[in-house]
Amino acid sequence: MPKDPQIETKPATTGFDAERFFRRMGSIGHGQALAMEWRRQGADWVELALPWRADLVGDEEAGLMASGPIFAMMDNATSLATWRRMGAFRPSATLDFRIDYIRPAKSGRAVIGRGECYQVTRSIAFVRGIAYEEKSDDPIAHVAGTFIFTGPVWRG
Amino acid sequence: MQPTLPPYARLLGIDFASHDDGEQGPPLLVMPFSGNVLGRPGFLHGGAIAGLLEMAAIVALLEAATGNPSIGRVKPINMTTDFMRGGRDTPTFARGIVGRLGNRVANVDAIAWQDDRDRPIARAHMNFLLVPNTPA
Repeated sequence: MPKDPQIETKPATTGFDAERFFRRMGSIGHGQALAMEWRRQGADWVELALPWRADLVGDEEAGLMASGPIFAMMDNATSLATWRRMGAFRPSATLDFRIDYIRPAKSGRAVIGRGECYQVTRSIAFVRGIAYEEKSDDPIAHVAGTFIFTGPVWRG
Repeated sequence: MQPTLPPYARLLGIDFASHDDGEQGPPLLVMPFSGNVLGRPGFLHGGAIAGLLEMAAIVALLEAATGNPSIGRVKPINMTTDFMRGGRDTPTFARGIVGRLGNRVANVDAIAWQDDRDRPIARAHMNFLLVPNTPA
């Protein structure tokens, strides 16, 4: 996890523009239902945000967001991070994903998800990430997962 | 007793499904295919599958904890999900199985399938912290 990530507004080091991809794909289906938002990207990481909404609540008594929406955001952020690292899109499927809930999220607050791809092999991408509200050194959750590639790299 | 599903479950369209004749066991949940749970075209989003598995684990745990006055709230500690097959445009079923209900921790599995229960599309393992009821 980058300790102090440099904010890059343009993809300077990779040919894959995660922001453009997100704006196309994020506007359909589950991403649209959750109203996920774009934040920023680095060489091997991507940040998305999930604004708090009453219909994302999983624990009504405590007013806490369910983990499903956070899971979905981290799945998307880490996939985008994989293509950032590779510099190109490659079709993949989530093989496994683990979330550890470090502390409860605060009710009414947006959750930011930073996904990082730390290794790519011929078949597998290894990813990790954190979800936090304001400070990345005070996360609410850690994630780790793997993706398996289901087709060749898309060139051009 | 069927617990009330939270707002997030309603967003996904999750509801209780009726058991097959004479079948016992934890509550069965169903999530219809809809635009709200779509990932890449024609397939379920992994996050929606994880959301369904989480709900199945929680309702199974709440049912198992029913009648145990010392258990107040349940708090998820972690969740590990394996994706085994792509989820297609058909209803998805899920059920949780409580492996162990201890005094402080519960270990719960959940499994999701579509047409064939013997061909699951995903499974999850969750650990929960059991928060004791504070005596009034």
